[in-house]
Amino acid sequence: MNRTESILKKQKTNEKKQLIQRITVNWELYLLIAIPVIYIIIFKYLPMYGTQIAFRKYSVTKGIFGSPWVGLEHFGNFIRSYNFSGLFLNTLILSLYQLIAGFPVPIILALSLNYCKNKIFKKTVQMATYAPYFISVVVISGLILQILALRTGIVNNILDFLGFGRVDFIGKPELFSSIYVWSGIWQNAGWGSIIYLAALAGVDPELHEAAIVDGANKFQRVRFIDIPCILPTTIILLILNFGRILHVGFQKVLLLQNSLNKSSSEIIQTYVYKIGLASAVPNYSYASAVGLFTAVISLIMILIVNKIAKHVSETSLW
Amino acid sequence: MNRTRLYETGGDKIFNIINHSILIISLLLVLYPIIFVLSASVSSPHAVMTGKVWLFPVDFSLDGYKAVFEEKDIWVGYGNSIYYTVFGTIISVIVTVMAAYPLSRKDFVGRNVIMFAFTFTMLFNGGMIPTFLVVRQLGLINTRWALLLPGAMAVWNVIITRTFFQNNIPDELLEASRIDGCKNISFILKIVLPLSGPVIAVISLFYAVNQWNEFFSALIYLQDSKLYPLQIILRRILIQNHDQGMIDSMEDQEMREFLNELLKYALIVVASIPVLVIYPFAQKYFVKGIMVGALKG
Repeated sequence: MNRTESILKKQKTNEKKQLIQRITVNWELYLLIAIPVIYIIIFKYLPMYGTQIAFRKYSVTKGIFGSPWVGLEHFGNFIRSYNFSGLFLNTLILSLYQLIAGFPVPIILALSLNYCKNKIFKKTVQMATYAPYFISVVVISGLILQILALRTGIVNNILDFLGFGRVDFIGKPELFSSIYVWSGIWQNAGWGSIIYLAALAGVDPELHEAAIVDGANKFQRVRFIDIPCILPTTIILLILNFGRILHVGFQKVLLLQNSLNKSSSEIIQTYVYKIGLASAVPNYSYASAVGLFTAVISLIMILIVNKIAKHVSETSLW
Repeated sequence: MNRTRLYETGGDKIFNIINHSILIISLLLVLYPIIFVLSASVSSPHAVMTGKVWLFPVDFSLDGYKAVFEEKDIWVGYGNSIYYTVFGTIISVIVTVMAAYPLSRKDFVGRNVIMFAFTFTMLFNGGMIPTFLVVRQLGLINTRWALLLPGAMAVWNVIITRTFFQNNIPDELLEASRIDGCKNISFILKIVLPLSGPVIAVISLFYAVNQWNEFFSALIYLQDSKLYPLQIILRRILIQNHDQGMIDSMEDQEMREFLNELLKYALIVVASIPVLVIYPFAQKYFVKGIMVGALKG
């Protein structure tokens, strides 16, 4: 008995020695990764630790870690505040609209590109549809304002020419979500199709050959071969999109926002920015609480949707 | 070609028509605004404002570009943006490789823990305000560092680079160079980096485009207009001017306003030139990058 114990002990110390040796041999690698690790700690984990100001009453003199605790007071104030339902609804409408209208477009584009036999035409379409992705959010917003401008924009000029009369697109709250969503599709659909094209490239050509022999037409091949093959990719992307449901691309919203469309363009993040950073008397604690509220909901959403996807289709993030 | 034709049924013909229509419509929808802006930017102010330009330039003139060149702020912003893009990209690529290489090594003890710590930040982050407070605490507000450091490393790019190293640097190479007495650092400098041209191109381009297009961090971290990147100047001219334009509708201001509007079209073109010039050459690298990420992500 004692013998086995001592042998086990020896083995353990040997393992420990080996581990230490494996670490010391590669000491340079630890030196290398030290800087990225420090970066992540300072710029990602320190802010995470700093989210505790959402539970404190921040005072400039006492700093983040010296300010008194107030528990969930800020969260309660936000949920009870008069603009909570409006902000929440606007955020949800924008992101759900974006998801429902925007999610299928890259898939359709990828399926179409996949059946395009003419190489040059295919390349041209790809080249053109990927390009808007690289235009900055400020330029895109500027472009939208120019094109939709009431008196000088091309869209209104055409409407006027056709006798429909001019529409103040950007000043109408009810049109804001459509402008936001469809300009987003214009910018991102092409780029979004790349990932589906990659999935389609992985489809076994023998499946298609067999289907052709069986007399399937292209509609049937898309329905029974391509779509099932890209389903796992689609589900993963859908999960990720649900995780971002409260993270509307808020920079574009902020840029397109004006006093006329505010009733539908004020979303949670633009509100956080305004009360936390743009205000003359910034309320850091309250703004952080609002921000944390959305981050936690997003995390919960991603976990739930991931669980459902795992259950239903056996595809999941982890 | 003829053999595949043989198999095409009536249903296939309808499919082909629908398919090509989708592609042609997508192409036209994407290209139209771009062509319109280009045409408008080289037309006369009067032609643009009265709606004569709808596809091709009318009354060719470079007044818009002249107005852009006369605007001093734009050039200060342009210079700043070049500065941020060049230095930001250099810093980002170095940090990313420093993270990605150790994480690609199977004999690197602790790589799973570090990898998890990195990827977790993609799912959850501290948010706008706490990040701002950290940056302020570090004394970076209103310095050029505020645009270079907080976004220096994107975990997504670390994953792409790590995957490339894992797939393209065989373990045997490391073994062989070890026997030759090669240390880790010189192995990276002499073997890994020369073999990693494609992935370094991919992440450099991703970082450069992001840095060129970045506007929000400049908005919250910078107050000194001498440090402003182009995107902030663009916002002031393209967007904040917008509401004013709607209020000033007096006749005598018309010509001035026309020129102002024309300047915007020219400015959109000038601001997008660097990205649009690189884009055709870089496109295949971008696509490669997203493919690598897609396989692993």
